[in-house]
Amino acid sequence: MFKKRFINQLINSFFDLSPILAVVVIFQVLIIRQSIPDVGHFVVGIVFVLVGLSLFIQGLELSLFPLGESMAYAFARKGSLFWLLTFAFCLGFGAAIAEPALMNIALQASEVAVKKAVISPTLEAKNLYALGFRIIVAVSIGLAILVGVLRIIKGWPAYYPVFYAYVFIALITPFTPADILGIAYDSGCIATSTLTVPLVTALGVGLATAIKGRNPMTDGFGLLVFASLTPIISVMLYGIVL
Amino acid sequence: MSAWLIEFLQLVLETTRDFIPIFVVLIGFHLLIIRKPINNPQKIFTGFIFVLLGIAVFLEGLDMALFPIGKLMATQLTTPAFLGINPNDKTASWQTYRWIYLFAASLGFAVALAEPSLQAIANKAEQISGGTIRAWGLRIAVGFGLGTGLALGTFRIITGTELYLYIVAGFAIAALQTLFAPKSIIGIAFDSGTVTTTMITVPLVTSLGIGLAQAIPGRNPLLDGFGLLAFASLYPIIAVLSYAQIAQWLNKRSLSSKP
Repeated sequence: MFKKRFINQLINSFFDLSPILAVVVIFQVLIIRQSIPDVGHFVVGIVFVLVGLSLFIQGLELSLFPLGESMAYAFARKGSLFWLLTFAFCLGFGAAIAEPALMNIALQASEVAVKKAVISPTLEAKNLYALGFRIIVAVSIGLAILVGVLRIIKGWPAYYPVFYAYVFIALITPFTPADILGIAYDSGCIATSTLTVPLVTALGVGLATAIKGRNPMTDGFGLLVFASLTPIISVMLYGIVL
Repeated sequence: MSAWLIEFLQLVLETTRDFIPIFVVLIGFHLLIIRKPINNPQKIFTGFIFVLLGIAVFLEGLDMALFPIGKLMATQLTTPAFLGINPNDKTASWQTYRWIYLFAASLGFAVALAEPSLQAIANKAEQISGGTIRAWGLRIAVGFGLGTGLALGTFRIITGTELYLYIVAGFAIAALQTLFAPKSIIGIAFDSGTVTTTMITVPLVTSLGIGLAQAIPGRNPLLDGFGLLAFASLYPIIAVLSYAQIAQWLNKRSLSSKP
């Protein structure tokens, strides 16, 4: 049964990927008018992408979606707000802290800090700064998930926290040093690592289904977008204060 | 072959290491706080292995096929020889780069369709909305949004205008749409922007932005290269909200035209 499902998934993935292939081939042949260099390498790479994509989607349906949802139900039945919020925070924090993209951005930020002579150019000082940066981003993502869960429990509309966050970002952007601005906007996308997306969605939808009077469509989504805005705010503040 | 295998195993190990905190949180809370045995642990375990292997294989494939060709095409499309301009001429108008906008737009559209996280979320939305939201409709809407966003973003890099303006304008449009859009779509519309910027999109879009800023005279890759991601996460929101409004409007019209 696994085998049949996997083959189906593989065919689906091929259809999903075909627009990318079409863009590459059309532009190469009609507009740039040069052949694709190293076609063999390219084809093998595409096969890898296909197999990887199929495995990933299949694995999500088997593990992360059901696990996240069953945990959301269990927490809703248990009725302990404290543990639910702690779980929400840990989920956001844990997903972000080890994210490789965040490590890269933290290093970039430490270079900027050296240039501005905020910290001394030693390796130790840079690592310390990068660690602080990572912890701040991870904490703000954890807090965002926590607020999002609280929002579902209280039944506030999904766009409330998002609007406040946007207005706040717009207000402090003029005071943020230009060299940290790009880094700040980029760090927002880290919240949405490959594992966070399905887990947080499963948590939100599961909670909104389990709690009476909430609708999974209206209330279950909207956690992720808030988690992509809070890191922007905290990195900007980090840049203003330091 | 063996050197390649070792490299690949390293990638699998790295992926595993990145996801350890999440596994610890999930399993820890399950065993210590919820204190119930995990349903079907074998299935969950197989799923985890699938996810890890899938990500590793996927990233390896991206590195082999899509990233090199994406970068190469961005450079090819901006060489003075292709554009037919004098390399020392810094006064080339923004229309000179028309192929770049088309390339960015089609790339954005194609990438959104292939993004695995978006696929997972779109399936989920179709499932819980009972089919009123179609997974394909949602993904195509996000594709249009990402395509428009990237075309605008490359236009910004080429003209060197302020990032701030585009983002504030985009958000103002999204805010207005939120007031009128059907309530059930708002959450997923906002999330879809964030969801789009994951596995494929982030590295591809970042390299496109920095490559462009390097190739175009008078642009600083450190300052102008960033910001494409902000476009990539904002404009899909507008597209999904529009999709919902159009779908609602069509529904109403077909209802009222019936006797």
